[in-house]
Amino acid sequence: MSEWEERLRQGLGERIIKLSELGRRIYIEVLSRDIKEVARYIFQDLGARFITVSGMDKEREFELIYHFGLDSDGAVISVRVKLDKNRLEIDSISGIIKGAEFIEREIYELLGVGFKGHPNLRPLLGAENWREGFYPLRRNR
Amino acid sequence: MKSLIPIGPFHPLQEEPELFLLELDGETVVGIDIQLGYNHRGIEKLSEAKTYEQITFLVERICGICSNSHPLAYVQAVEEIIRCEVPKRALYIRAVIAELERIHSHLLWLGLAGHFLGYNTVWMWAWKYREPVLEILELLTGNRNHYAMMKIGGVRRDIERKNIEKVLKALKELEGKLSELTQAILDDPVLHLRLKGIGVLSREDIREYGALGPTARASGVEIDVRKNHPYSVYNEVEWKVITQESGDVFGKAVVRCLECFESIKIIQQCLEKLPEGEIDALVKEIPAGEGIGLAEAPRGEVFHYVLSDGSNQPLRHKIRAPSYMNIPTCQVSVQGAELSDVVLILAGIDPCYCCTERLGVVDYRSKARVMSGEDLVRLSQAKTARIKKEL
Repeated sequence: MSEWEERLRQGLGERIIKLSELGRRIYIEVLSRDIKEVARYIFQDLGARFITVSGMDKEREFELIYHFGLDSDGAVISVRVKLDKNRLEIDSISGIIKGAEFIEREIYELLGVGFKGHPNLRPLLGAENWREGFYPLRRNR
Repeated sequence: MKSLIPIGPFHPLQEEPELFLLELDGETVVGIDIQLGYNHRGIEKLSEAKTYEQITFLVERICGICSNSHPLAYVQAVEEIIRCEVPKRALYIRAVIAELERIHSHLLWLGLAGHFLGYNTVWMWAWKYREPVLEILELLTGNRNHYAMMKIGGVRRDIERKNIEKVLKALKELEGKLSELTQAILDDPVLHLRLKGIGVLSREDIREYGALGPTARASGVEIDVRKNHPYSVYNEVEWKVITQESGDVFGKAVVRCLECFESIKIIQQCLEKLPEGEIDALVKEIPAGEGIGLAEAPRGEVFHYVLSDGSNQPLRHKIRAPSYMNIPTCQVSVQGAELSDVVLILAGIDPCYCCTERLGVVDYRSKARVMSGEDLVRLSQAKTARIKKEL
């Protein structure tokens, strides 16, 4: 077990559903309701740098991956969260990390995931007359 | 009376079009709203419909200036899925191209910043010295820009022995000229008065916003993917991360100037040490899996995430360019600034000048255009001239 795995398990305990380590990459999976607490721990207590969030429509469910850089050690922690496609909503982390504001707006716009508690949740990229309810990154079913 | 001033869209100071909506009280900025997306080309979605080989060329076209950084981060992400070993010679060549790109990008910025200030001599000098860098790139890759050198498993073109001497000679000359230019800039009292103390970002701001590259390093935050997440051969050559403590536009200029010399040092060492051997691992298949690629572009970290299902196309390809993190820092850095300094502050994170004529000042009430982009540049240049006279 690496130092980071140990610290993640110590700080997050039961919240970690799955953890895998591949070289300098640590992938963990948590429940969507825990994302704020997990992001706070990794950003503030572990001192990681927020990189970005990648969202994806996996047909059966939606997946968000929150990437954090551990610059002192050349590692990246990627936190995977699965969302029920009938309840596409998750807590915003932009109250903890200001740099997450843009990417949450982008995911809201392109994938249609809502971020609870976002201070300014409006489209980031599209034109003002963008068709409502049309999400380019969703897959056709 | 408060007025709203849109800077953009069509990106006045960056490589892409963009709208900065400034809220002013008299001459002082009290608020800013940033709108992106004017140049959104849906590259992430497009990438899902292309083969892995094609994507290398697609991501090269994300940015015309850092056209090596995106392919580099992308091939590293795919190589992480394959777990292939890239030949040493290819890794050295990657570093050479990446550093040449950094020098030409920093000189481009320096020239444009000079022009904004009304120092057109700096502009002409910086771009004159940028020319030999583009010539070296053409000699090594066949192109002045969009080098198409990166390939999954290696590089697409070898560096011929006969060219190494030429490149080293050109770099030696460049180093001398650049140190003259840097000295002239650092010693200029007007530039000190004009650039110091404006657009200040603290260490906390950098961390809050996740800012990157020279923007972060000018605030004393020592982050550089080349040191923190070593790739290519950056841990096999001698160089140091340049930082400044001031966090203002002057600090950013100093960081960029001094980084050029570190880049020259890296290229010289790489070319001298360049090992013999293959330049391509000849990758056949890409298995299922996910990979992350990080590379330090001239403006900061480029991030690529690739998810593969074992077919010849990725399921998901997430790209995050450094400016995506750096642009929001303007919310802090322009607060309380004078209008004549805003151009420089926005430019501080790295500008593209060809779009400046799209800048406009509009009266909040009548919505009438009262100032063009050229007027704003003139405003900035006039301030420099005033300071010069007072000195």
